[in-house]
Amino acid sequence: MQTPDPSTLPLWRRLHTPTQWIVVAALAFLVIVVVPLLNSAVPPSSPFHLSDFQVTLFGKYLTYAILALGMDLLWGYTGILSLGQGVFFALGGYCMGMYLMLHIGLEGQYHNELPDFMVFLNWPKLPWYWPPFRSFGFASLAAVGVPTLFAAGFGFLAFRSRIRGVYLSIITQALTYALMLLFFLNELGLGGNNGLTDYKTIAGYRLKEMSTLRGLYVASGIVLLLSYIACRWITRSKLGRVLEAIRDGENRVRFSGYSPVGFKLFVFVAAAGIAGIAGALYVPQVGIINPSRLDPAESIEVAIWVAVGGRGTLVGAVLGSLVVNGLKSWLTNKYPGSWLYVLGAVFVGVVMLLPDGLVSLPRRLWAGWKKLAPRAPMYLPTVTVAKEKEQSA
Amino acid sequence: MIRPLDEVDKLTPHESIIQLEGCTVSFDGFKAMNNLTFFIEVGELRVVIGPNGAGKTTLIDVISGKVKPTDGRVIFAHDTDLSRLRDYEISNLGIGRKFQTPTTFEKHTVRENLELSLKGNRGVWSTLFSKLGPKDREKIDATLERVGLQDRAGWKAGLLSHGQKQWLEIGMLIMQDPKLLLLDEPVAGMSDEETAKTGELIRSIAKDRSVMVVEHDMEFVRGLNSKVTVLHEGGILCEGSMDKVQNDPRVIEVYLGRDSAKETA
Repeated sequence: MQTPDPSTLPLWRRLHTPTQWIVVAALAFLVIVVVPLLNSAVPPSSPFHLSDFQVTLFGKYLTYAILALGMDLLWGYTGILSLGQGVFFALGGYCMGMYLMLHIGLEGQYHNELPDFMVFLNWPKLPWYWPPFRSFGFASLAAVGVPTLFAAGFGFLAFRSRIRGVYLSIITQALTYALMLLFFLNELGLGGNNGLTDYKTIAGYRLKEMSTLRGLYVASGIVLLLSYIACRWITRSKLGRVLEAIRDGENRVRFSGYSPVGFKLFVFVAAAGIAGIAGALYVPQVGIINPSRLDPAESIEVAIWVAVGGRGTLVGAVLGSLVVNGLKSWLTNKYPGSWLYVLGAVFVGVVMLLPDGLVSLPRRLWAGWKKLAPRAPMYLPTVTVAKEKEQSA
Repeated sequence: MIRPLDEVDKLTPHESIIQLEGCTVSFDGFKAMNNLTFFIEVGELRVVIGPNGAGKTTLIDVISGKVKPTDGRVIFAHDTDLSRLRDYEISNLGIGRKFQTPTTFEKHTVRENLELSLKGNRGVWSTLFSKLGPKDREKIDATLERVGLQDRAGWKAGLLSHGQKQWLEIGMLIMQDPKLLLLDEPVAGMSDEETAKTGELIRSIAKDRSVMVVEHDMEFVRGLNSKVTVLHEGGILCEGSMDKVQNDPRVIEVYLGRDSAKETA
């Protein structure tokens, strides 16, 4: 079978075939345009109406899907199972949270310029690292910059020391746990146990207004689309093939003249940046960021979304995060307390029965169908031929 | 980034391309390489044999940078000391190695495997923006043909037979255009026919570069018809043509044991 050499194609064709692009565009249209319209333009009496609650919930899922894309780049493509992606999500979230706190103004419980928790702690003024976060631009940059710089430092030390496999998983898990303990401290000036919450406005828009939340939802959808295209671009380039090669045979990569440290660092930092953006979009929609986001269990869940959807496919990461979180919201509402059992069962089930995740389901069904289907047409002619022979004899 | 040395091309015949000076590798007291002094001339095809544990793979490890010698120097071309460089830097200098068990990227196609090995900038950013030129494609096609995998180009490497994987790995090394090629048991697990084909391939590769082959298969070694080095307990036992080596009583002794040495004598 002659497949066209992908490197001769223009960039957009290297990422997807025209049919695939149409599917991507249709899904993007559904998420970014149709869903908000079902909330704002369709009257609540209609069965197609989406409630405010549903739209903000879906917006939260979209930020999770962005987070999962980075995780897939890291784990699915490069084989680095980081169990600390929550760190970068939370760092991005805290940066945005600080901005939102500083724009509560006098509307807080204590009607003070200072954030409530600082008044409560009798702090006379903002700590030195707070004032720059008054600027939306600075906070947005920091939401990407802080996680990427942190990832660059941590990743450099870890990858240069050739820490990999389960050891990397363990130290990233320890990292998120250590940061959780750190963020619990009031002395850190980030709200301790309670975190940052009770926001009022973002960039001048009231967070109580549904139009603001719809805007944040649309922004999440657009960022998800752009992150997907960026990740797809990375994975379809030669760089992407080097990443997969590192996953499948790091020794061969080194003896082929590539230094894996630089590549691992690149993908670790890219995943952290994406996670930071996701966190920054998550916080204004959910209305709170606190150290519980740094609980190791939260980061493990990210790995589960990707495994359930299908590792190393990007689409699987998005699908997995939407399906698992949808299931989570539905179950915790219907059968409170059952969630962890179901999550465990889903994870084990997928690993045992569908190791390539939900995205492989259609292909598997098709393969199963093809195994069954040809029997009839292949069997029948031989019978007729045999009968004809009998008759002619 | 380290580039292949021009120095190598300036070497005159009989100068050494690789030279180990008093190299010792010790793992917790066990000396896998013991004060070894060894060299290969530029353009030479050298075979290294020896019983299990003689230090053959260690020799390849030391040259390719997988293992650092505890003592001694490894000189490439005139004066590049490899013992201070990292494995991927050594690879970029123009030293390629094949592993004992074929090591390819199993989930990539054969063509992609070769593309990844294509000589060129190996930085993160340059691979992100890299595009294959027509010359690169020609080179990949030529290599596919050379290792006999032209009708397997679109296959995932993991689906190849053991022998084909060995050839693919050799093809990947050809793509790197190395000055010195280190082949660790290139015919292990191959059928007689595949072995013959591999021998031909290695001889053709050796025409324009230096090659060192570590092998167990004596028939194959004889067929390469080149200088043989016998390693034993991390040192050189003897060197010379296959005939000379095979009749050396010390070689017979280490291969067959003391008693049979007496019998032959």
